[in-house]
Parts: sequence; C-alpha cells; structure tokens
Amino acid sequence: MELTLAIAIGCLTGSGVWLLLRPRTYQVVIGLSLLSYAVNLFIFSMGRLRVGAAPVLEGSGAVNPADYADPIPQALVLTAIVIGFATTALFLVVLLAARGLTGSDHVDGREP
Amino acid sequence: MPDNSLLTLLIVLPFLGSLVTVMLASTSRNLAGGIAGAVALACHLLAWLLYVPVRDNQVVHAVYEWVPSLGLTVSLRLDGFAWLFALLVSGIGVLVVLYARYYMSAEDPVPRFFSFFQAFMGAMLGIVVSGNLILLVVFWELTSITSFLLIGYWHHNQAARDGARMSLTVTAIGGLGLLAGVMVIGHIVGSYDLDRVLASGDLIRAHPLYVPALLLVLLGALTKSAQFPFHFWLPNAMAAPTPVSAYLHSATMVKAGVFLMARLWPVLSGTPEWFMIVGLAGMASLVFGAYVAMFQQDLKGLLAYSTISHLGLITLLLSLGSPLALVAAIFHMMNHATFKASLFMAAGIIDHETGTRDLRKLSGLFRFMPITGTLVMVASAAMAGVPLLNGFLSKEMFFAEAVETHADSWLDTVAPYAAVLASALAVTYSMRLIHSIFLGKPPESFPREPHEPPFFMRLPVTLLVFACLVVGIVPGLTIGPYLHIAVTSVLGAATPEYSLAVWHGFTVPLIMSLVALVGGALLYLVIGDYLERAEGVFLLRRFQAQRIFEQVMVTVSWRWARFIETNLGTRRLQPQLRLLVFVAFAAALLSLFGSDIGLAPVQLAGTDWVFTGMWAVGVTCAIAAAHQAKFHRLAALALLGGTGLVTCMTFVWLSAPDLAVTQLVVEIVTTILILLGLRWLPKRSQALSEPLGPMARLRRLRDLTMAVAAGLGMTVIAYAVMTRPAPDTIADFFLEKAYSEGGGRNVVNVILVDFRGFDTLGEITVLGIVALTVFALLRRFRPAPDSVERPEQQRIQGAYDEAQPDRQAGATAADYLFVPSVIMQWMFPVIIMFSAYLFLRGHDSPGGGFAAGVAMAAGFILQYMAAGTIWVEDRLRILPVTWIGGGLLLALSTGIGAWVFGKPFLTSHAQYVDLPLIGKVPLATAALFDLGVLTLVVGATVLMLIALAHQSVRRLRASRIEEQQ
Repeated sequence: MELTLAIAIGCLTGSGVWLLLRPRTYQVVIGLSLLSYAVNLFIFSMGRLRVGAAPVLEGSGAVNPADYADPIPQALVLTAIVIGFATTALFLVVLLAARGLTGSDHVDGREP
Repeated sequence: MPDNSLLTLLIVLPFLGSLVTVMLASTSRNLAGGIAGAVALACHLLAWLLYVPVRDNQVVHAVYEWVPSLGLTVSLRLDGFAWLFALLVSGIGVLVVLYARYYMSAEDPVPRFFSFFQAFMGAMLGIVVSGNLILLVVFWELTSITSFLLIGYWHHNQAARDGARMSLTVTAIGGLGLLAGVMVIGHIVGSYDLDRVLASGDLIRAHPLYVPALLLVLLGALTKSAQFPFHFWLPNAMAAPTPVSAYLHSATMVKAGVFLMARLWPVLSGTPEWFMIVGLAGMASLVFGAYVAMFQQDLKGLLAYSTISHLGLITLLLSLGSPLALVAAIFHMMNHATFKASLFMAAGIIDHETGTRDLRKLSGLFRFMPITGTLVMVASAAMAGVPLLNGFLSKEMFFAEAVETHADSWLDTVAPYAAVLASALAVTYSMRLIHSIFLGKPPESFPREPHEPPFFMRLPVTLLVFACLVVGIVPGLTIGPYLHIAVTSVLGAATPEYSLAVWHGFTVPLIMSLVALVGGALLYLVIGDYLERAEGVFLLRRFQAQRIFEQVMVTVSWRWARFIETNLGTRRLQPQLRLLVFVAFAAALLSLFGSDIGLAPVQLAGTDWVFTGMWAVGVTCAIAAAHQAKFHRLAALALLGGTGLVTCMTFVWLSAPDLAVTQLVVEIVTTILILLGLRWLPKRSQALSEPLGPMARLRRLRDLTMAVAAGLGMTVIAYAVMTRPAPDTIADFFLEKAYSEGGGRNVVNVILVDFRGFDTLGEITVLGIVALTVFALLRRFRPAPDSVERPEQQRIQGAYDEAQPDRQAGATAADYLFVPSVIMQWMFPVIIMFSAYLFLRGHDSPGGGFAAGVAMAAGFILQYMAAGTIWVEDRLRILPVTWIGGGLLLALSTGIGAWVFGKPFLTSHAQYVDLPLIGKVPLATAALFDLGVLTLVVGATVLMLIALAHQSVRRLRASRIEEQQ
C-alpha cells in the first residue's frame, strides 16, 4: 500500500509540474490543483498509513495512542484543503482578469 | 516617584507625544508645537529631577524583560555621562521647538513635523540611556529612520528627498555594522548588558575578535558622526528645515557617534588600532572640514562643514586614549552643541528675513538686525575659539593634549600642527561668516526688506549665546560640577586632575591659540576676496566623496538591479517557475547526499490490489488531465475531479474520515468554480493550431524530464518516509488530552478548534482575505471582446425560440434541465440540514466547521445553478461579506472571552449540560469558535462563487447597454 501511494504521489507531482511549466494559464491552474493533491497526500502520509484507526476516540476512559492514526498531519491537511480551494479560486480569478485585460491567456499576458 | 519610573518616563513621553501629535489635524500648528514643547520641557525637568542620584555617583536603572532567553532586556541606565547628554538633548530640544514654532510656515503640515521631531528626540534619548547594547542599536536605527523623515520633511523638494535618502543609506549601513559589532562584543563578554561590557575592557581588548568588533562599531560611530570618509551625507542633510539642522548638528545625530565612542571608550580605546583608525578619521575630518568650510557659499553649507571639522576634533581627542583628552572631548561636545545650535538658528532667521542664504548675496545686514548680528558674532567667535567664550576653553584643552605625546607614531607628531592649522582655518571661515553677512555695504536688493525676527524666535539663540558667554567666563561655576559628574561616570577611579580656568599662564596651548587666531585672521585678509568669488573648493574640485557614493549607488541600485531584473524578473513566468522547480528539486537532492535514505526493499506481497486499482484510475486521470488541459478544458476538469475523488477515497481508506468529508465538499465547489470560469477563456482548437517546431519539441522534452524527475523524487522520498517506523511525536499528547481536556472525541477537530485554535484563526483570516481579493478583482473585471458574446448553446436555444412563433424568447433556456433544477431547489433545505449536522457532530465525530461551511456554500451555489442569478437574488438575500466579518468576529470574541475568566487567549472550556428530554449534551466554547469558522467559510466560499457567477449577469447588462447605443 505504501508503494502504491508513493507512486501515486509521484505521478500526481509529475503531472502537476508538467502543467506548471506550460504556457497557458488554465494549464497552470489545473497543474496547481494536481500538485496540491500530491502535497496533501504527501503530508498526510507523513503520519504513516493506518487502516481502520481513525483518530476518533471511543468511550471516555484512558487512551492508548497506538490505537489511532496520527491526527496532526490530518489537521494540517484539513486546513490545507480549504486554503487550497481559496488559492485555486484566486488564481482562477487572476487568470480571468489577466485574460480580460490583455486579451491573451498566456501566462505572460502576451503571445510569445 | 521612584527614580526608575522617572527614567522610564523620560523615554516613553516623547514617543507618546509623537503618537498624539501625528493624529492632530494638519492645521493645528500651535497645539502641535505646544505638545512638543511641553514634552521636551518635561523631559528636561525629568533629567533635572534625576540630578540628585547622579550627583552622588549612583547609576539609575530601570529594567524590563523583553526576550530574556536571548539576553535581551529593555534596560535603561542613567549615569553621569548619560545624564549630561539627556540634559543637553532635551534642553536644546525645548529651544528648537520654540524656534520651530516661528520658523515653520503655516502652509506646512506642522503636526507631522513635531511628531517626527519628538520621535527623533525620544530615539536620541534612548541611545543615551540604553543599558543594553542591542537596545542601543535599536534606538540608533530609530534615529536614522526619524532623521530620514525629518530631513525629507519637504518631500516635494528633490534635494530634500536626495539628502534624506543619502543620510539614511549611510547611517543605516553604519547601524547594521554597529549591530554586528555589538553582537561580536556580546559574544566576547557573554552579555549585552552595558555594565558588564564596561567591566570587561581587558577581556575584549585581548580577544582575537577585538579588531573586527572595533571596525564594525567604528563603522557605526563614524558614519553617524559624519567623519571622513563618510562625511558627505551631512552637507546634503541641510535640505532639512533649519530647526532640524540645528538639532541634528548640535545635540543629536552627529553627537550620537561621538557619544558611542566615548561610551565604549573605557572598553575599546588604548590600543594602536583604535588610535590609528579613530585618530586618522578625526584628523582628516578636522582639517578637511575646516578647509572645505571656507569655500562654501551657502551659509548652512559652511556651518555643516564646520560641524564635520568640530566633530573631527572630538574624534581626534577620543583617539588619544588619555583621560584628560576624554575630559576635553566631553567638554567640547557640550560647547559645540551650544554654539552650533545657535548659529544654525541664526542662519534660519537670516534666511527667513532675507529670503537667501547665499554668502555672495548677503551683505551689510548689521544695520537691519543689530541684535541678531551681535548674537551671531559672539557665537561665531566661540566657534573660532576666541578667549572668554566656551569654544576657547575646550580648544585650549585640545591643544594641550595634541602637544602631549601619547603614542610613538607619525600621527601623534603631526597632531599639534594639524590642530593649529584647523583652528586657523576655523578663524578664517568664522570671520568670513561675520564679514560677508553683517559688514560691508548695505545690500542693493533683497527679496524682502529684512528686520529683526519675533522676540520668541530669537530667544533660543539668545539663551544659547548667553550660555557660551557664561561658560566661557566662569566655567568652574557653571558647567564645572556637571562636567565632573559626566567625566567620573566614564573614567571612574582614573579621573584625572583638571582645571577649567580661563587663564593658565603663558603656556604652549595659549601660544598655539594665538598663532591660530592671528594666522586665521591674516589668512582671511589675504584670501577673503578670493573666497567670495570662489567656485568650488580650491585644489579639491575634482574630489567629491558624494560623487563616489552616487556612483556606487547607481551601480548597486540600477545596474545590478537591472541585471537581476532581466535575468530573474517576473516578466516571464515560465523560466521563473522552471527555476523554482529546479531549486526545490536540487535542495531536496542535496539534503539526501551524505545521509542514508535507507529505502526499504520493495515488497509486492502485502499490496492491496483494490487500492492499487483505485490509484491506477486516479493516476490515469491525472496524466490524462495533464495531457488534455490545453485543448479540452472541460475534459481536463472532469479528469481532475476523478483524481480528487480517488484522493478522497484514499482518505476514507486510510483512517482520515474528516479529510474525506472536507475533500469531497471542496471537490464539488472547486469544480463548480472552474466551470463558472471556463466561459471566459478563449477558444482553442487542436485542428487549427500550428504544428510544433523543433525548438518547441526540445522545450517540451526538457519540461517532461523535469516533471518526471520531480515525480520520481517525490516517490522516493514518500516511500522512504512511509516505510520507516514513526518517531515519537506530540500526537500522543493530543490523543490523550483530546477528550479529558478538550472535551471532544474527534481529535482532528479538537486540534483545529482548541489545541491549535490560534493557527486556525490565522487560516480563516487568510481565507477571508482571499475571498475579498477575489471579490475586488472581479468588480473591475472586463471580459475579453471575443468572450462577450452569448455562449453557443444559448444562441442555438434563442434561435429555436425565434423560429417557433408560439414560443417566447428565452423560454427554452428557462426550461433547460427543468427536472434537475427543481430537484436542486428542493435539495436546498436538505443540504442546509446536512451542513448543520456536519457541524454539530464535528467535535465528536467526523465533520466540523470547515466541511459544514463548504457544504452549506455548495447548497447556495446549487440554487444559482438551478434557477439563475436573478431568480435567486430576487428571493434570497445573501450577504457574504457580512458573514465573513461576523465569522471572524465570533471566532475572535470566543478567544477574547477567555480573558474574562483570566485565561490566555483562546482557552476553551468544555462541559456537559443536561437538557430536558434530550439528555446530556457536550457543550464546549470551542463549538462557538467552530461556529465562527463555519460562518466565515460559508461567507468566503459563497462570495467567491457568487462573484464569479455574477459576471454573466454583468455581461448581459453590458451587451444591453451596447444594444441601446
């Protein structure tokens, strides 16, 4: 499972980086989204992979931390997802505004 | 009041006054001046109140913690030397404020001037009474900044801007040097505390780092004191209003440098390095300043170069390393302050009355302004070192020290000659000043008829000149005791015997004085006429440190900047991103070198094939999206969604239900968002595009290589981390305390709203800011001309309506996807309820404010999609900006609420409440915080989506306006 996820992270990163280096703004937006999936998964995987051990406590007695997945990367990624949405929106709007102003959807605002 | 409170007040008052003054209306001239005057006077009185402990050789301390772990304290320390300076700074401050009240024109924004002035005075007082070297540097830089503001006060004037920038550049660079030097000293001593540093002189001088520390500290001191070769900023700083010049040149700014050298004199002086560097700089400034001053045609320019010369005298005295020379140095600091302040103020009066400061144009003013004329003559005589005036006394002490042998060096041998030469030149330029302004034939034409200034404008000059006279005649009775306090506080037991008497008999210094006086006078008789006509400085026309400085500045700030801009600038994004990716990759690779990454052997045995199959789909989607994003945007978006869904399922699979829920709802709104944007992008067709040239293919190959390398790197790192055992982290703490202290079972949510609530507060603030930015950007949105037309589908629908006689225009569009849109409308309450459910269960089960917020926003945007913007807004009033503000306020006030109970910001309280019928319900203040998060997320998301959705309405409006025209 670790190998699968590692390869998946690599493929998402590769696709994202490829798009990031393309000349059209829309490609860059999609690339950033792919890259943010990869990064979120990567940060999440720093807590190691666990199946069936969601960090939601049972009962109210003493807690054995070994029974649960690491909650910290999850908390980090949760806000990252929402902030990622916000930045995607921002990029999208910047690209639309640039396209409206310059008439071009090239990242430099003019055709090469 | 205890002494330490008085001392604190001395520093706090000017800054407080500055804050109050800056808020006044720009016309409240008298009030601003009144506040500044009162503050300066209060500081002066505070200094007098502190006289008693200082007289008894006590050191007054006031210490406040700042960053104790780094050895930083706000430590104020007042000994005799600091006290004398505080007295001088605040005393001349009072006089300058009084003078400025009359000098500044009613058209100028006077409160700003007085605000800067007070801040500057506070910073200067701060340097004087700092008991911690780092604190001293902070105040030091503050004087650089505030003097920049003061010099550039008339910012409409090019010369003022240039002068201000130059002084800031030079003194701030010096300040950075000083900071570094102070840190080296702190490293040697092990403390920044001034008392400890002063007690460690031997240790510092013997340390191998002594020379670097000395060089760095001197860089700060010499730039501040405008000593050669850093002198050039001072003459340019006279573009400042004259009260500022009077203050900068006399008691403050340039005095800060010599103050520091005297302050650290017991620690740093007495070595050959100190003697050579400080002595050379001092002697060069002494002679050079006096020489150049003679040739100045601008009255303030003459005074500025004279300041350089006199500061050089003080520096030279400090370099000698003898206690008597230190006495003379401190004495001359005081004397120079009095006569130079008065002369600058008088220069301002002359400028004010005649409209010019040009020595060639001024002449015969004595008959118009006899009182001012007399005052200037006395002050100039003090500057020239005429007997019975204060300048004479310190100059005599200087001569006595110059004659003494302190070190076996050519510099020491030259010192007496240089001293006499510079003094003779000082006599010459002082005579020139008096002669060309006040004597001679009356002027033929002035811009306006000159007359005596108002009494109160002249009063500061009168008082200062009076001080010059009194100190010059009876030094022992006036300045004597105070000087003694200052000297003993620096020298301690090494205080020498000295006498301040006017008459010491026929001694060598007296003869030197006479030679200088007669020689200077003769020189003026010979070359006076030439000086009046001189263009530039004889023999030194080609030499201008200022020009060198400007060349350096042009090289650094223009040539190099342009080089960097063309090579790394933002004009072209792709090379930049390429560089970014490359640097990130190289940095990751570099850190792998020399460390064992320890990849676990790849095992296929434990592979979950369902999971792998799922990711086979996910990865295919991602790569296909990358492939399609140029020509098939919609397809790329759908494929992106596919990858997102697989990511979401991965979260479910790997025990992260919260992430899964959030990812799912965010996936939905992201897709809607990009769908809304697609409409405004240009059409691009694969069939119409040109085939790729060889260069383009090469570029693609390079990018592909980079992408593959980056992907491989991430795979390796991710795999390496995932397969090694987890280290101990703070996760255990959160898991153990989540229920017992946070009152929630969903640990992720408890972390977000309780343990790390402050982070979350920051994050939702960012979210709100981004939403407002999106909103603001879209308000000014103008679509490109080729996107204004209706989309193709709507045109077909419109054409169909027109073709059918029984159909109304727009009817087909309204009926489009009728069943789904009705369902979407019905879904609204369901989604709201779902969102409320997500929120309420959040603390104990997967859910929470973020997910609930995005889900609720999705509910709103569905209505827009189902029925159109106009229909929704006719029925539903949505105020997303208010929601953003409300959410932020709620989250903040929950945090602040903890203060009421005496707990730190954002402390949460959890309790179970027994409600009738329902039973025990968990109730934590964190839930209120989470409600704030929810509200803000709803507001931000809805704002972004609606702002984008609105563009189609605006397009309609725009096209309608076009039609009407």
